[in-house]
Amino acid sequence: MPFMPQIDKDKCDNCGLCVSVCTCGALVYIEETVTVIETQACGWCMMCEAVCPLGAITCPFEIVLDEVTRP
Amino acid sequence: MTIQREFLESIPYFTGLDATELDSVRQLIFERTVDRNEIIQFEGESAEALFFIASGAVKVFKTSAEGKEQILSIARPGDSFNDIAIFDDGPAPASAQTMSPVVLYGISKNEIQTILRQHPQVALNTIRVLVDRTRQLVELVEDLSFRHVIGRVAKILLEHAGDGTSPRPRLTQQDMAAMAGTVREVVARSLKALEDEGVIRLERHQIKIADKEALEDMVAASV
Repeated sequence: MPFMPQIDKDKCDNCGLCVSVCTCGALVYIEETVTVIETQACGWCMMCEAVCPLGAITCPFEIVLDEVTRP
Repeated sequence: MTIQREFLESIPYFTGLDATELDSVRQLIFERTVDRNEIIQFEGESAEALFFIASGAVKVFKTSAEGKEQILSIARPGDSFNDIAIFDDGPAPASAQTMSPVVLYGISKNEIQTILRQHPQVALNTIRVLVDRTRQLVELVEDLSFRHVIGRVAKILLEHAGDGTSPRPRLTQQDMAAMAGTVREVVARSLKALEDEGVIRLERHQIKIADKEALEDMVAASV
């Protein structure tokens, strides 16, 4: 199951700007509500996070040491 | 699509106009639809109309001689993005490209000058818009001198790095910005700069630290 952008429903006003910039189909409107669809096609471009005027959608990162740099 | 009076009134240039004034401005507005990833304005071109966004998003950016793109701002519904070239008749200081399918409302340069002469409130609003634009650009200049911030971002990455064997809390760019005492956009630029230097790799939902020693040096240099 791919990790996907996260929507804070308390902040989201369903303006749809994130849906309009999404090119992989991960964000869609269902019954006038912005919804995340799990898809491997999401390339983590983070445009949804960049355009949201309310900070309602975020793309969290896991920070890891690359294998070659691990002690 | 015909521009609604309520939407027109929400645009900072036209705030405070009465219904008659709004209707006279509405007559002068034309509509244009643009596909995703289209360049609406090239840096250095002259502008013939002031554009406002009705729907969609537009990024305003400059391109360096090496081809690197620096995003100055993202314009959203209700925003304008090519004001400077309209009002000083000079070349556009930046390019503008659609991030989604976009509907624009436009007023030609000549009509804008007529509106300013006929409606003093629009002239006052224009001063406020341009002052706000100046303030944003001053803050951007400060943000772009972010070498001191990059050290703080490096420290955050080192402190939160896992070895991949057990789950660690994930951080958003907003989380990192709050920790570093800055804003999300500066964190995004810092991460991009670190990736360009080969210190980290951004892989979908992971930040992989490729050169831990370089990050440690950045932290030490920023103290």
